[in-house]
Amino acid sequence: MNLDEYRRAARDWLLENAPKDDSPDIAQAKDFMARLYDAGYSGITWPERWGGQGLTQAEERAFAAEARDFALPTYVFSIGLGMTGPTLVDRGSDEQRERFVRPLLRGEEIWCQLFSEPGAGSDVAGLQTRAERDEARGARGDSWIVNGQKVWTSVAQHADWGLLLARTDVDVPKHRGLTMFVVDMRHPGVTVRPLRDMTGRAHFNEIFFDDVPIPDEHRVGDVNDGWSVAVTTLLHERLSISAGVGMSGQKDDPTSLEALRQAVDTTDPLVRDELVELHVRSRALALFNQRLAQETRAGLFPGARGSAAKLLLAELTLFRADLATRLVGPASVVGDSPLAHAISLAPAMALGGGTNEIMRNIIGDRVLNLPPEPRVDKTVPFKDLKVGTQG
Amino acid sequence: MKLVLSQEQRQLREAVRAFLSAASPPGEVRRAMESPDGYDRDVYARLNGELGLSGLIVPEQYGGAGAGFAELAVVLEETGAALLPGPFLAGVFAVITLTQAPDEKLLPALAEGRLTATLVEGVSRDGEVLNGTAGQVLNGLDADVLLVDTGDALVAVDAEAATREPRLTLDLTRRQARVVLDAARGRVLSTDTAALARARDLRAVALAAEQLGVLRAALDSVVGYAKIRVAFGRFIGSYQGVKHRLADMHCKLEQAESIVRFAAWAADESPADLPEAAALAQAYVGRACFEVARDHLLLHGGVGFTWEHDAHLYYKRAKADEVLLGPPRAHRARLADLLEL
Repeated sequence: MNLDEYRRAARDWLLENAPKDDSPDIAQAKDFMARLYDAGYSGITWPERWGGQGLTQAEERAFAAEARDFALPTYVFSIGLGMTGPTLVDRGSDEQRERFVRPLLRGEEIWCQLFSEPGAGSDVAGLQTRAERDEARGARGDSWIVNGQKVWTSVAQHADWGLLLARTDVDVPKHRGLTMFVVDMRHPGVTVRPLRDMTGRAHFNEIFFDDVPIPDEHRVGDVNDGWSVAVTTLLHERLSISAGVGMSGQKDDPTSLEALRQAVDTTDPLVRDELVELHVRSRALALFNQRLAQETRAGLFPGARGSAAKLLLAELTLFRADLATRLVGPASVVGDSPLAHAISLAPAMALGGGTNEIMRNIIGDRVLNLPPEPRVDKTVPFKDLKVGTQG
Repeated sequence: MKLVLSQEQRQLREAVRAFLSAASPPGEVRRAMESPDGYDRDVYARLNGELGLSGLIVPEQYGGAGAGFAELAVVLEETGAALLPGPFLAGVFAVITLTQAPDEKLLPALAEGRLTATLVEGVSRDGEVLNGTAGQVLNGLDADVLLVDTGDALVAVDAEAATREPRLTLDLTRRQARVVLDAARGRVLSTDTAALARARDLRAVALAAEQLGVLRAALDSVVGYAKIRVAFGRFIGSYQGVKHRLADMHCKLEQAESIVRFAAWAADESPADLPEAAALAQAYVGRACFEVARDHLLLHGGVGFTWEHDAHLYYKRAKADEVLLGPPRAHRARLADLLEL
């Protein structure tokens, strides 16, 4: 099947199967995901051996382009599809891939990611959640006990599994004492509390771990090698954010040129120039993303350059919402105006998945190969290091 | 849509880059720009002869290589990055225009590099007779033939038939002339206004490719400097105040390159996309190029403001390029029209 046929088939399938219901519940979302998987549209580029389709970025982009016209209920699966799943494919054991990947792709199990903490955001390697070997407590068996707190955790209230980064050694420098685990979010020692954000909604949660056991076979990568696994996850996160994996419903974006065209007087020269700027910036980023995708298809992995796409998307998201409210005026900030929601949501992209400042550091250090900043935290044992907010 | 260079296009880039770094390094650029001609004729003879660049996009039936805009863009990036002095872009503009109004005498001569031409706008036509003054003709003194776009026709006129005076230019690497046509008789090559409009779009794409090269060279230069210049005991590139600006400049480069590849693809393969792509290229790349050249100068500190340093050459080329095809608002207004705003 050539790409055009693939795309047509995808469109036909979506027209047939995309939910008509605006806000399906979790059961309906899972049902849709199962049908999406069975039709071959979940895990398009993932290895066949672990339940994927083994196709290329070209098919994935083709499907994503068609899916943009539909409001698909894939949000609760986005962390698994965009971040934790690819991490398991890259770094998990064969047993873990066998156990977790197919149910993840089919929407049978929902995943969340547990890295950030109240005291460790940009500097996530400064995290304090502890995982200690169970034998230290005198129990039998090869397992770990987790205590601590995580934050900014999307979809945790629905999650079956979490990808958890925890400290396993405080006597070594911070990056060298972390280990990655898969944690059972249904364990009674896990408390999930919704965190109300500035939109007034609860997109995130905070998570408390109280003596939560993890069997050693749920460890991802080596003990104290969790940072390198986390870097894999974060790379996938930036790429999936910039590519819009798992996101849909952009057709109703109130900050788009198409929406604004209906809402404002486009004969006003000042308005026209602002709309041209909106178009130029949107087009520039869209073309950059397409170029990255084509490079990926040609075997050139974009690596840290994905951080540029993520930074640009964060800036564009803020610019668009800000511009739309300025053009529409007072009506944009009252009642149930979608622009009031858009301007409230706009900062999220510049904070989640690495702040703009962190993205600029990554571009400077890893794309431009600029000299690193002098660091005081690289050689000091974690237990002697200042972390979090010091009064 | 094709946004990634092919193996052959990368080889072309390497060939042009290697040639220019040997034949027209920065010291040579300065020597040439201050010489009476303003450029090195030997370098042009070799560019046209050894590399065949004068005939690059000329169709094979007229003696050229029949390459596309994807290849032309690659070449212009390199001549832009090297700040190659002289009438290279003027020649490219002339060839582009003639490919839209092919002439069996002029096109083969331009392809071989036997003849040089430049484009003239802002002159009125009465049949084959031209009258008027064009205040800023690109390399107007260097051309054998003037290709006059009167809006309703393209007319070729012998440069000897015009009165030409050199102008002082901000960008010393690229000269301009005042050209006065006083009842000069020319030869009408085309009255196809759609073809002339297409030529204007293609010139905008070509200029954007050069601007991308200027942008990339300026960024490479200041990134290199940030890795060796020390202040307060550290390389300046390690300070976030510098590093973050360089990261933002890199983002502009990535987007500018994406737009130039898109515009070159539209020029080669998708005529329906060309007008929007051309206006987009000028609206984005022209500004991005100047901003990066400006910040490249500023991040060098005081030395960037000196005559001896090359920073001002990039800065001035970027500014001259940004306004070469009219004030930037004209491209934005065009875009607004094309978007049916």
